[in-house]
Amino acid sequence: MRSQNKYQVDTLSVVYFLSLVMLGWINIYAADYDLDGTTSFFDLNQSSTKQLLWIGASLFLITVIFILDYRFYDSFGYVIWGISIFFLLAVLFFGKEVAGSTSWFEIGFIKIQPSEFAKIATAIGLAKYLSSQSVGVSDKYKYKLGISALLFLIPMGLIILQGDLGSAMVFGSLILVLFREGLSAKLLFFSCYAVLLFLLTLLIDQWILLFMVLALFLIGLGLFIKNRKALIVIFGLSILSFGLIKSVDFVLNQVLKEHQQLRVMSLINPNADPLGIGWNVMQSKIAIGSGGFMGKGFLKGTQTKFDFVPAQTTDFIFCTVGEEQGWLGATLIMILFGAFFLRLLTIAERQKSRFVRIYGYSVVSIMFFHFAINIAMTIGLFPVIGIPLPFFSYGGSSFWTFTMLLFILLKLDSQRMDQLEH
Amino acid sequence: MKSRILGIKFFVIITISVLSMRLFSIQVMDTDYQEIANRNVIQKSIEYPYRGLIFDTKGKLLLYNDPVFDLMITPKNVDLSDSFLIKKLLFITQREFDQAYLKATSFSRNLPSIFYKQLSNEKFAAFQDRMRDLEGFNINSRTTRGYAEIGLANILGYVGEVTQNQLNMDTTGYYKSGDNIGITGIEKTYERSIRGLRGVKYRNVDVQGINMGSFENGAYDTLPQPGKNLVLTIDGALQKYAERLMEGKIGSLVAIDPSSGEILALVSAPSYDPSLLSGRGFSKNFGTIQRDSLKPLFNRPLQAMYPPGSMFKTIQALIALEQDQVQADEIITVNSKLIGDHAPLGKYDMQRAITKSSNNYFFKVFRRIIQQGEHLSPFIDSRMGYNKWRDYVLQFGFGKILDIDLPNEKAGFVPSLEFYDQIYGKERWKFSNIYSLSIGQGELLVTPLQMANLGVILANRGYYFTPHLVKKVGVERLDFSQKSSIEIDTGHFESILEGMQALVSVPGSRAYIPGLVFCGKTSTVENPQGLDHSGFMGFAPRNNPKIAIAVYVENAGWGARAALSTASLAIEKYVNGSVKKKWLENYVLKGDFQDAKPE
Repeated sequence: MRSQNKYQVDTLSVVYFLSLVMLGWINIYAADYDLDGTTSFFDLNQSSTKQLLWIGASLFLITVIFILDYRFYDSFGYVIWGISIFFLLAVLFFGKEVAGSTSWFEIGFIKIQPSEFAKIATAIGLAKYLSSQSVGVSDKYKYKLGISALLFLIPMGLIILQGDLGSAMVFGSLILVLFREGLSAKLLFFSCYAVLLFLLTLLIDQWILLFMVLALFLIGLGLFIKNRKALIVIFGLSILSFGLIKSVDFVLNQVLKEHQQLRVMSLINPNADPLGIGWNVMQSKIAIGSGGFMGKGFLKGTQTKFDFVPAQTTDFIFCTVGEEQGWLGATLIMILFGAFFLRLLTIAERQKSRFVRIYGYSVVSIMFFHFAINIAMTIGLFPVIGIPLPFFSYGGSSFWTFTMLLFILLKLDSQRMDQLEH
Repeated sequence: MKSRILGIKFFVIITISVLSMRLFSIQVMDTDYQEIANRNVIQKSIEYPYRGLIFDTKGKLLLYNDPVFDLMITPKNVDLSDSFLIKKLLFITQREFDQAYLKATSFSRNLPSIFYKQLSNEKFAAFQDRMRDLEGFNINSRTTRGYAEIGLANILGYVGEVTQNQLNMDTTGYYKSGDNIGITGIEKTYERSIRGLRGVKYRNVDVQGINMGSFENGAYDTLPQPGKNLVLTIDGALQKYAERLMEGKIGSLVAIDPSSGEILALVSAPSYDPSLLSGRGFSKNFGTIQRDSLKPLFNRPLQAMYPPGSMFKTIQALIALEQDQVQADEIITVNSKLIGDHAPLGKYDMQRAITKSSNNYFFKVFRRIIQQGEHLSPFIDSRMGYNKWRDYVLQFGFGKILDIDLPNEKAGFVPSLEFYDQIYGKERWKFSNIYSLSIGQGELLVTPLQMANLGVILANRGYYFTPHLVKKVGVERLDFSQKSSIEIDTGHFESILEGMQALVSVPGSRAYIPGLVFCGKTSTVENPQGLDHSGFMGFAPRNNPKIAIAVYVENAGWGARAALSTASLAIEKYVNGSVKKKWLENYVLKGDFQDAKPE
């Protein structure tokens, strides 16, 4: 017999969700507010009003998720993944180009972005594959690691081909899932080393960097002259570093589009050219920095009101938070996000089903990546790659994606007693 | 696995902490962003006050603010398909329209800029009626200085942009780069009163610079306060007439009301049209005026220095009488010419010596002043005499500035003992070295203003007031009632005035004005560089004087011609209100004083 709490949806998560949605909507309203007082609540030209429609529509999606049988995702895991790959391919040929990237289907007035759906599908596909294996990802079964990586590297590559580097990078966050499932810490370290080297390549002249790698190699040679095994590692690492530096240079100058190059470069020195490529970040920092400890107060932000901050309802919504609510408000909101992520991790860990656990980790990875990178880019810690802040940024597609990611997890969690242990 | 799960949770917390710390550093630690944010959105605009107006003594407006109307365009609001009306109202072609439109667009599509500068009154009126049909256009008014007359440039001065040097000197911190400031003339001296007080307006602007309303509902805004109006002592009619008389000549005319020190006319010739240095075309016109070889910017009445010549004999006479070195009725016989002289040989008393301008009489008188026989050494004796004499001369306002309310007044020159010591050596000079001073030549230098002031002293029989050009600032009447008296007995003046009257107030004299008894003295100032300068100093009428006057006309020869004639006309104009001697007026206007005597 099913016990009373079997269908219990996790209340705390729903409370966090509703709080974030509400705070998000308030900030969209503030960012979009016209000082002359003509802002009408029912004006469909207002982002805040439209966002209210997207939020309302998400209730429908949540309902559908709860009606669907919980086994659907597990059973059709590969199919779902496959469909998303199909759409990612199709959009390359039939998509509409907007602002340098071909990532939208346009059917009449409806616009669909397959890369958003791919985030959910990849999370499900990855969970399906990893949970179907009897053992976790470890050095002994390198092919498993390879297949797992392919599951998110394929959509990632297709999205890069669309020209949407920001969304593609999101998939990289799934490496955290692999780490949870047994990926060796060394590999995680190497990945992080590669990212660090990558960033240094952007910051420092490549020849200086190559010289530094050479110097490190020689030092290592001196230190481990008697340890043959260590020498091989050092040698291999140096070769890889050299390759990475050269390939970053190649990617930066040959692969990236001009506006993406500029965005990457603006990370290096956003102050150098306030009206040029670094302008967005500069204005974003000014808006947030001018908020002070307590903020300027609701609807009192000047930088956002007078359009100094670009994309202020979408990618730069955090500027409104920083300017109007100050350090205190921004930190409280970040703590709310943090509590929300930790709660989702707790939920993931309490599953009997590995599928649900892995899916849960995927949800946290994707959302956390969005959260951290979005805020980091508004305060000049990361290049502007144009990814939204979950539940805060204006936009139907991304809002629905995050809502679906979350509620699929909550649906699965609510029936965890029914789940079979894999 | 447990440690990995903890690690992941730890990672989430660390990331949030790092972000929060970064936020703390830019939001709380670094206050620069607040300032930059304010600079972004708060635009401070200066509301310029009207400069004070300037009136002449009779209340006639001389200097005002000329409203200028510019047609402004805000390109994004303009309907380009409907430019017909604009072209019709401005009488411009499509090409001209396109050019102006393109220029404005290249500046900004969202901000207003000038489409057509300085609309004429007719065009402005036409526009006012049709303004609401012209989306995207508006009219902006500003002011430039406007001049009722083309004269008075040397008095009024002009305004111009404040220089970096002036900004550095401005300890009050009032001026900002780009401000206007009085550069010279009354505009400079009374700058503080007539500039008014700037207003400030703070407003919010958006990223495109578009006005988004006042900042904090105008709590920090201040209204501009218009400058105070000035009433000059200048008699507009006399000034205008005197300027006309001096046209085409080089020189000065200064007329002062002896009873107050009020300057009635102050002419510097040649001059320039002051409107050339107002508003548009300042820099171009300034260059032209500055390059003019006749130096129109040089304010001659205050800045040109000449020897006083024979006019100075009046002072010699007064000093000698006061020192009891000569009596007014004492006869001094000139039977040989010790120095060059146009006066005949013969017997002279004081009055005749002044009228005839006897050089030899004053040579002898000055010798008595200098060599008073108080010391056996002629050198020391001369030294003592000279020093006493010099003290008197300084009392007459020579060798120092009179402190008129115009900038750049010159002091002239009355040599000191040390000056002669340097030339000749200490106790190596005596009367024979400095006798040229007796007839107002030599090293003496005076300004026309100082000579007019001498006229005032003679008219008042011994005192003067600080000469000034402004009598009222706003509603406040300025006080110039402080007398400067000369230590010379009033009784000594009469014989000299008698002599001056005999020079000008006899029928048949060129200066004669029927029914007006007045006094005057001419100079033919020796000029080593060229033709002599013509000088005149006097006052009218002899009793209850209303006007004291000095005239210098450079390179015009005899004092009795150019300067005397000009002064006589100005006196007649001022005292009688009109000039009857048209022949003399024509003679002066013609300006060829080398001719034989007219009539």
